[in-house]
Amino acid sequence: MMKLPPLVEPTATLSKEEVVRYSRHLLIPDVGVDGQRRLKSARVLVIGAGGLGSPALLYLAAAGVGTLGIIDFDVVDESNLQRQVIHKVSTVGQLKVESAAAAIRELNPHVNLELHTDRLEPEMAVQLFAQYDLILDGTDNFATRYLVNDACVLAGKPYVWGSIFRFEGQASVFWEDAPGGVGLNYRDLYPEPPPPELAPSCSEGGVLGILCASIGSIMATEAVKLITGIGEPLLGRLMVYDALDMTYRQIALRRAPDRKSITELSDYQVFCGLNRPLGVQDSDIPSISAVELKALRERGAHHEVIDVRERTEWDIVHIDGARHMPKSPSLAREIEARFGKDTPLILHCKSGLRSKAVLLELQRLGFSDVRNLEGGILAWVRDVDTTLPSY
Amino acid sequence: MPVSVSVSIPTLLRPLTQDQKRIEIEGATVRELIERMDSQYPGIKERLLDGGEMHRFVNVYVNDNDIRFADNLGTALKDGDNVSILPAVAGG
Repeated sequence: MMKLPPLVEPTATLSKEEVVRYSRHLLIPDVGVDGQRRLKSARVLVIGAGGLGSPALLYLAAAGVGTLGIIDFDVVDESNLQRQVIHKVSTVGQLKVESAAAAIRELNPHVNLELHTDRLEPEMAVQLFAQYDLILDGTDNFATRYLVNDACVLAGKPYVWGSIFRFEGQASVFWEDAPGGVGLNYRDLYPEPPPPELAPSCSEGGVLGILCASIGSIMATEAVKLITGIGEPLLGRLMVYDALDMTYRQIALRRAPDRKSITELSDYQVFCGLNRPLGVQDSDIPSISAVELKALRERGAHHEVIDVRERTEWDIVHIDGARHMPKSPSLAREIEARFGKDTPLILHCKSGLRSKAVLLELQRLGFSDVRNLEGGILAWVRDVDTTLPSY
Repeated sequence: MPVSVSVSIPTLLRPLTQDQKRIEIEGATVRELIERMDSQYPGIKERLLDGGEMHRFVNVYVNDNDIRFADNLGTALKDGDNVSILPAVAGG
């Protein structure tokens, strides 16, 4: 473990109101007026006002970080409210940055907000990051995470990283340019992302809402420690939290033996395998729209709808008459045993990616009539039966 | 004497281990361990290995030490070691 000097100089001064507001910080000898002035002088960019961004933003705002940048292009959805505690029923449908900004203004009007409603892109990431002292990454996909990592390396900025899935979360601090040559970046931990079909996501696998607070609060704590230079930062350590065991494990991180230096940004969609799903063009995959499937059912045409999602997803919502056969290594053989290779089959999952992988495997096995439901059950709910719940 | 270690299975791979979070298994090296796991829980090997090497989005730790800084798959195991598998997760 190591100490780092404070990231931010205490240039700003505190008003009488601020002294009163932050008095519980000012009473801590390690923070004091000097530390609180550093917080007020700090510029922190939070990427994603979602699960991790919500608690991190609330606590950084309450702690008195002077300038908070927020970047997110998404809008608040009802299914966010189980964990994204900065948003409210009254802000469903609004841009997340606007919703978060409203909550922060209510909480602490002394915070200066900088709102970015664009998607983070390689073209602007380094220039954007250069305007901040510290980046906090609360995004939900590998493409953005590698972009954030590489852009932080190029901008020379430290970043606080966290990720969550179901009951488990991880957090760390990455900073290639850290003083004393101890720097590392996310690629030292994981040099490459998993292919999309193996990349877990909370929108398909779920997440305990409170886990966002467990990991988001670690992230906010690390940000405050870096800004004020107190304590031992998580740089060089990975914190692994398990809510069910209620354990925190620490794993030492080191520079990867075969690391390559990062000299420019690249195409992160390609890097994460997103532009070429499973090496096949989308146009090569036989598909059917939700509206076409409805018409086919109404005509009474012979077909079977196979739902390859997990049991929990099926229990939330499913298409009447569909067969539930969850994706597994033996699924293709099970489908063949049950329906043969010539029954007209329509496969679907939540949004179309997982069923596409199954479809390709069936095609390789010589199935003659398999189609993928475009946009999955989400498209069915949106375009055919709006009485069904979405998730 | 056979070397028996405890392996902690990440959430993502638990569908392959009948939802077990920890399994006891024998193996003198990490490679042997993975082979034995795969014979007991088919499918787990291809989630960990790409050809003969570890996937670059999965790390294996023996008593919290990353095998990339030891002998990779050849890392020797001792009786009672704790092995953990940690795949990259991006959720947020």
